[in-house]
Amino acid sequence: MIDTKNLKLTVASSPHVCSPVNTRRLMLDVLISLLPALCMAVYVFGPRALTLTAVSVLGCEFFEWGYRKLLKKPCSNGDLSAAVTGVLLAFVCPVTLPYWVLLIGDFFAIVVVKQLFGGLGQNFMNPALAGRAFLMMSYPVAMTTWVRPGVENWAGVFSAADATTGATPMASLHAHLDVASGLKVHTLPEDGLANLFVGNVGGCVGEVSALLLLLGGIYLIWRGVIRFRIPVAYLGTVAVLCFLFPQGGIDRVDWMLYNLCGGGLMLGAFFMATDYVTSPVTKLGEIYFGIGCGLLTIFIRYFGGYAEGVSYAILIMNICVWLLDKAGKPARFGVTKEMKAKAKAAKKEG
Amino acid sequence: MKLSFYGGVHPDERKDATCGKAVEPLRKAPAQVVMSMSMHLGAPCAPVVQVGDTVTVGQKIAAPTGLGAPIHASVSGKVVAIEPRPYCGGGMMNSVVIENDFQNTFGSELTPHPDYEKLTPDQIVEIVREGGLTGMGGAGFPTHVKISSGLGKVDTVIVNAAECEPYITADHRLMLEQGERIIEGLKILMHTFGLQKGYIAIEDNKPDAIEHMKGLAKDGIEVVACRTRYPQGAEKQLIQRITGREVPPGGLPAHVGCAVFNAGTTAAVYDAVVKGIPLTQRIVTLTGGALKEPRNVLVPFGTPMSHLVEEAGGFKEEPDRILVGGPMMGIALYDLNACTIKGNNALLCMTKGEAAEHVETPTCIRCGKCVNVCPMHLTPVYMHLYAEKRMWDEAEAMHVGDCIECGSCNYICPARVPLVQSFRMAKFEIRTLAMKRKAEAEKEAKKA
Repeated sequence: MIDTKNLKLTVASSPHVCSPVNTRRLMLDVLISLLPALCMAVYVFGPRALTLTAVSVLGCEFFEWGYRKLLKKPCSNGDLSAAVTGVLLAFVCPVTLPYWVLLIGDFFAIVVVKQLFGGLGQNFMNPALAGRAFLMMSYPVAMTTWVRPGVENWAGVFSAADATTGATPMASLHAHLDVASGLKVHTLPEDGLANLFVGNVGGCVGEVSALLLLLGGIYLIWRGVIRFRIPVAYLGTVAVLCFLFPQGGIDRVDWMLYNLCGGGLMLGAFFMATDYVTSPVTKLGEIYFGIGCGLLTIFIRYFGGYAEGVSYAILIMNICVWLLDKAGKPARFGVTKEMKAKAKAAKKEG
Repeated sequence: MKLSFYGGVHPDERKDATCGKAVEPLRKAPAQVVMSMSMHLGAPCAPVVQVGDTVTVGQKIAAPTGLGAPIHASVSGKVVAIEPRPYCGGGMMNSVVIENDFQNTFGSELTPHPDYEKLTPDQIVEIVREGGLTGMGGAGFPTHVKISSGLGKVDTVIVNAAECEPYITADHRLMLEQGERIIEGLKILMHTFGLQKGYIAIEDNKPDAIEHMKGLAKDGIEVVACRTRYPQGAEKQLIQRITGREVPPGGLPAHVGCAVFNAGTTAAVYDAVVKGIPLTQRIVTLTGGALKEPRNVLVPFGTPMSHLVEEAGGFKEEPDRILVGGPMMGIALYDLNACTIKGNNALLCMTKGEAAEHVETPTCIRCGKCVNVCPMHLTPVYMHLYAEKRMWDEAEAMHVGDCIECGSCNYICPARVPLVQSFRMAKFEIRTLAMKRKAEAEKEAKKA
């Protein structure tokens, strides 16, 4: 029987309903969208890709839990954001990376980049990419040892010693020394565009398959998790620049397609640049951000010492987010151009 | 002409429980009605009757003291008390309590004008004022002020029958059952403004109402089917949808040549002008998962909410919150002794399962969904950031004052940050700060 005289009523500010999508659901969708790329990674690099990702996820969740436990803050493992960081960091490392090195990266990403700044929503850089940048500086050799794709990778789950090492497609696209002529040249990778698109090439764990990353990205856009502006502006800028300025006498369309499918561009454009915390929220800001990422990526790929520019491009743009949002502030409702001009004139006079 | 406004959300409509149920009078008339002196936006009215007076239905019992509209008795009987009583907007409000004699004796000072075409605009404004008309969509802006401030400026008159709030079906049923009253009311408004054309805006989740109103529409009245998207029925967004014009910040619809009237208000204009009946009752949707028997009822103003709960068969489940109005903008009640006023379109009793998820320490993840749904082109995420840190000047620079409190950002927020609450507080603090600064400046000026 309901006691109508003594109802316990909630008194809250409106609105009194909320959308069924919460933070956990969003993060779960990101994890789902990364699954196809993970499957490809296992196919190309063997089971070690899976164990590496699993270790990274567990590591991130553990550091998140441990830090908050130590500082007596409410537990935040339920939001799954640490799991996303774990998968993404594993995705941008070579499959041969020792587990303990990866765990150091996890620690840097979760504790230093994310939690020390206040936890979820407060970090100013993408934790996974900052973790990668940290590992690149600390363990440059381990971070740039690449294996060729193939069935032989299936042999070693815990050690990847048997795998054949070789150059990534990005390394051959990047200006490198030709032994015969002694000149700097750019060459198209031997793998061919089809392999590059599907992902049957060497590279970081999760970045190889442009096709499956594209699928994951489209899933996220369809689910309303990410908005199309950043990836479209990013990929568009890269495509236009590559088309306009091909390198090493390579056909401009070929050059553009190889650059779009190669390296971490797809992973970066759909999963890293769209990271909520470190990307703009305004429409225009998002477009500026995407274009900026594209410009810097090409700049680093063309003129930098690294073959790959995506991670540093995004990290640099992460720092500009506040500025970009200010620049991209939406036009005020009901204010016409004439009204703006009038206000400006009045200000000048006053 | 624009097809839509920017942003918005689409919450679960949940209108099925009552949209097929015809409007019925109350099964049992209330033994007492409590006429709150604030049934509208503006200053509370002052009673013009005394304890012990006998009143008739439609008799004026209170007159406005500033911006406002008079209040009329909704039942006949005896005034038994004039004292503060629980108010549906929270707190207490001076109220005239009338004991019902169940005779329903009618007596009004208004005279019927079936030939309204002979009336001048000023005469119509006078009738509308004496009829006690206010906006019946929620805010309760006095209708006569809306009309008189728009005379000579308005070129587009719009009837707002969008009913974009979930759950509510009061206007939907009004259109289906008494659409003629809306059409006639709109014709009177068009005559008042001297216009040949008028619009009735309905969300396309009510195809039967659109069909029905299109069948009734004549003499330059156009029925516009709008996309079902909350807040389609917000005044500024509706104007944008129908005319493509944007009401300037701090401005009124009249500034862009528009006047928007709620469907219920429009029907009440017809009653007051043609029939000489002042506003004393309205359709209220009694709904929500906690009620046994959701329905649409015709409620005399001043009926206690507890009486309305009984009319809907009582509770079948423990209610988590009881709201007057819809779930997006409604006010949560804590006392069921509060009474119906002119803007109450619904009494919504929500179960825990229906109501919003509560998060103890919400963490903004900067997803930017709030920016993408804000129909006023604001950046709620930054407004909240400033409000949280009590940086009122910065919050004002983000135009927090433009917020219409529609709740779209709050609804979509995956982290469940109480955004609207934070903006309400920011607006209040900014107002207080501005007053303080003004007072200080005046003091300085006096010194100098």
